[in-house]
Amino acid sequence: MTSISEDSDKEKMRSVSVDLNNDASLVIDIPDALCERDKVKFTVHTKTTLSSFQKPEFSVPRQHEDFIWLHDTIVETEEYAGFIIPPAPPKPDFEGPREKMHKLGEGESSMTKEEYAKMKQELEAEYLAVFKKTVQVHEVFLQRLSSHPMFRKDRNFQIFLEYDQDLSVRRKNAKEMFGGFFKNMVKSADEVLISGVKEVDEFFEQEKNFLLDYSIKIKDATAKAEKMTRSHKIADDYNHISGALNNTAADNNTAFKKHLEKCAEVFEKLRKVEDRMASDQELKLTELLRYYTRDIQAAKDLLYRRARALADYENSNKALDKARLKGKDVAQAEENQKQCLQKFDKLSESGKKELTSFKARRVVAFRKNLIEMTELEIKHAKNSVSLLQGSIEILKSN
Amino acid sequence: MAASSERSPPPFPDSEEPELLEDSDEGADAFTGTSISEMDSPSPDSTRPPKDIFNEPPEDIFSDPLSNINSEPQKKVDTKIPSPSSDEAVDLFSEPLDDDSEVMSSPEVQNPMPDLLNEPVEAPKSDVLGEPPVHKNAARQQDFFEDPPKGSNNSSSSVKKAVSAELFGDDEDEEDLFKETPKVVTKKPQPSGPPVDVFTEVKSDVKVKPQVKDDPTDLFTEEALTAPAQKPPASSSSSSRTNGVHSEEQDLFSEATVELSLDSPLNDRKKKDAVKPSLSAPAASVASSSSKAPSKTLEELEEEESEDKFDLNISVTNPEKVGDGMNAYMAYKVSTQTSLTMFRSKTFTVRRRFSDFLGLYEKLSEKHSQNGYIVPPPPEKSILGMTKVKVGKEDPSSAEFVERRRAALERYLQRVVSHPSLLQDPDVREFLEKEELPRAVSTQALSGAGFLKMLNKATDAVSKMTIKMNEQDVWFDEKIQDVENEEQHMRKLHVMVESLVNHRKELSGNTAVFAKSVAMLGSSEDNTALSRALSQLAEVEDRIEQLHQEQASNDFFTFSELLADYIRLLGAVKGCFDQRMKAWQRWQDAENMLQKKREAEAKLLWANKPDKLQQAKDEIAEWEAKVTQYEREFERISATVRKEVIRFDKEKARDFKRQIVKYLESLLNSQQQLIKYWEAFLPEAKAIA
Repeated sequence: MTSISEDSDKEKMRSVSVDLNNDASLVIDIPDALCERDKVKFTVHTKTTLSSFQKPEFSVPRQHEDFIWLHDTIVETEEYAGFIIPPAPPKPDFEGPREKMHKLGEGESSMTKEEYAKMKQELEAEYLAVFKKTVQVHEVFLQRLSSHPMFRKDRNFQIFLEYDQDLSVRRKNAKEMFGGFFKNMVKSADEVLISGVKEVDEFFEQEKNFLLDYSIKIKDATAKAEKMTRSHKIADDYNHISGALNNTAADNNTAFKKHLEKCAEVFEKLRKVEDRMASDQELKLTELLRYYTRDIQAAKDLLYRRARALADYENSNKALDKARLKGKDVAQAEENQKQCLQKFDKLSESGKKELTSFKARRVVAFRKNLIEMTELEIKHAKNSVSLLQGSIEILKSN
Repeated sequence: MAASSERSPPPFPDSEEPELLEDSDEGADAFTGTSISEMDSPSPDSTRPPKDIFNEPPEDIFSDPLSNINSEPQKKVDTKIPSPSSDEAVDLFSEPLDDDSEVMSSPEVQNPMPDLLNEPVEAPKSDVLGEPPVHKNAARQQDFFEDPPKGSNNSSSSVKKAVSAELFGDDEDEEDLFKETPKVVTKKPQPSGPPVDVFTEVKSDVKVKPQVKDDPTDLFTEEALTAPAQKPPASSSSSSRTNGVHSEEQDLFSEATVELSLDSPLNDRKKKDAVKPSLSAPAASVASSSSKAPSKTLEELEEEESEDKFDLNISVTNPEKVGDGMNAYMAYKVSTQTSLTMFRSKTFTVRRRFSDFLGLYEKLSEKHSQNGYIVPPPPEKSILGMTKVKVGKEDPSSAEFVERRRAALERYLQRVVSHPSLLQDPDVREFLEKEELPRAVSTQALSGAGFLKMLNKATDAVSKMTIKMNEQDVWFDEKIQDVENEEQHMRKLHVMVESLVNHRKELSGNTAVFAKSVAMLGSSEDNTALSRALSQLAEVEDRIEQLHQEQASNDFFTFSELLADYIRLLGAVKGCFDQRMKAWQRWQDAENMLQKKREAEAKLLWANKPDKLQQAKDEIAEWEAKVTQYEREFERISATVRKEVIRFDKEKARDFKRQIVKYLESLLNSQQQLIKYWEAFLPEAKAIA
């Protein structure tokens, strides 16, 4: 069981949320979360001045599945088709640290107490970091919704925020899971089909090309960044080296011992710095890329919906032509064609707005994160430098 | 040590103790050089009787180990042993020693080590034996002995007297002899009952007390333990050559001790009376010697410090492939820069191939490792690595291999020449100076010689397992264990550092991939500033990749290779211990044989067969000589190994410190670079709009 509460650290953790909570009329955060086995229970805290809520401030317990439910209902809502729907938070994944914890338990006998304690501490820190990150992405999801002029008024969203019982949303059963999978297949096939539809708007044509390209690149960059941060095991090695040095020193009683101990100390300190470096890189860089991989997918989904609408409109045009030719059901076809056109126009209009704001949001987020990461890198490197300088001096002096 | 203790008769200790104390005191004075007055009471006894005995018999002793000689050595042994028996005596003893050590250190420190080699080992023996007696006559020695007492007296003279009384009381219980000579108490060295216990007690006591002081004390204790008998001769020798080479002294010292101890058993049975007068002299010498031991260590330390200033710079550079195909080999330029006069010129350069380095090691190891020297091992052969080089692939791994080997060879040579004894070896000089070296043939891994070597190693390993050495020397006992542990820790550490190297390389590779990916992302980005920032980020990541790579090679060359070197060196240290064990085994075997011969003689006596008796006696004499020789060898190798190990430890501490500092500096450097890179990137990130 792990539980975190809001602390100063959290501000830093909120890597992706950029100016989302600037509207004071609906402020949402997750001050607390509880992890039980696979389930994470988030406490969703809301402060609002909107009259649609019964109380100005309230907290409700929510699980990851509730978030997914909320996301799905929004996606399925026809009238939101013209918006970029905030990507659903990924499922909490504690497999990494848990597996390591398991390995640690197995290897307990083969290492010294200090080493074990240090490893455990490290793992707990890692676990906590994953936990915090999980809370953060869930929070960001809600904040994106709350900061959107339409989504914030969504009925389901308000229920999600306000209903003080368990939502106890039904888990997707196997059929639905398969249905979802099937839908995705159809969608992909459809995407290919309608890609042949001639784009009428240059803006969308550009956006489409950009997003397609960008999504491939960012996916790749994310994978590479993940790989890079994963291979940042230097801290672990430092830890082992420090332990081994201490062991070597323990059996010694010459001047040698002092050097070894000092060296072990340096490595231990470096380990901490290196650890922070790695986790900050993960948080500021990898997490940013990850989020925008999802967000770009959401933007692509918007383009798909619009393209679908365009295809529908063209089909309705054809149908109308056919109807006119046959002189049959012309009114119905006209009606249908009108509706399609309306829908398409609406989608195009809101889509344009959404995509433009998305671009701005992305640039701001990248800027913020890159600056923060750079500053942290500099900070950590400076820490290391002063640490090393001090140690070298001490070593040299004796 | 063990042998001496067993052999020496129990009673001696008591009688000797007083002497030791007095002697030690004297020794202390000698160093301080304060007053002669106190000397008088103890000195006459000690000095005089020894003179007679020693002067006359020295030759005899050597010539006839069995008869006269034996008696003398015994005395010495006895004296030593008894002293420790009583705790109080021990205390006194220890105190003087400490004083001595401090005092002693200053004068002796200046002596240079190199002399050791020059002088033959045998010389010391004669000197030692001959000298002690002579010295007493000689004014010098007298001063020596006389002086020491003062120092000790100053510190604890009053105490001693009181103690001596007590001691005597204790002694009395055990022996009658003491009663007889209250004054001279020390002088009476006659062996009687329970020496062994006394001896052991002494050891422990001595150790504990001296240990308060760091290095010198340890040495002191060790020496005392290992070769109590040695001390007298050593002191005498040292005294005679105040300016002489220390190393020699040590050798002499060890030899002398050996002889003494050997003699002791015989002595016990024989003429005790004659021994008595002489005893005082040995005791005195013991004291002085004990004082010396610490001083020597100090000297050694200083000597080693001074080695740094050794003006001998060796570098191995320009690895060059010679020849083609599988007959190709790498030749290295070995450049030496020195102002040492033993070399013909100040700078010279030779070309050597890897097998020459191995050949040098073979030669050195053959000559020196059996004497207990730690011969630095060269880097291992690597058939795989070399084959790659031979095949001529210019890939980074073979370049790394060559560089790694070059650096290892350089460190190897530097270690060889920094060893004062090995530097004197003609083969080393030849290696450094001579244009053409005969090709080293026995170094090929797959050659017949290589096979023989492997076979030898295997038999060695087997014999090592079968030898059950009953370690009497606590210092060695601990040290062997320490080295064993240290090697294991080092191996572990080495594995860790290797994995650090690998992880850093992996990180470097992944960073490079990420950099490329970010560059692509930047090119796709439609916001100009962000696109620019991303491509800048890619560049930063590229540089960081370089940084990681450099750091990985620093991890490897500065840290990992250091550990690899020391794992090898610790192996060499263990080899020294094995050599010592072998010497011990040889001695024990001889001892057993001697025992058998004696039993045979006893049987002959019983059976009353005078005709064969003479032959048996001859055999006994022969084996006694062998035992004497082997024990001496054992003592000598013990002393050498200990000296070597101490030197090794110092060298190691210094080496590690230097390398660790160097390594941390490399880390420091990369962090500083990192700061630079990120600081250059920061404005780019801020420029995103």
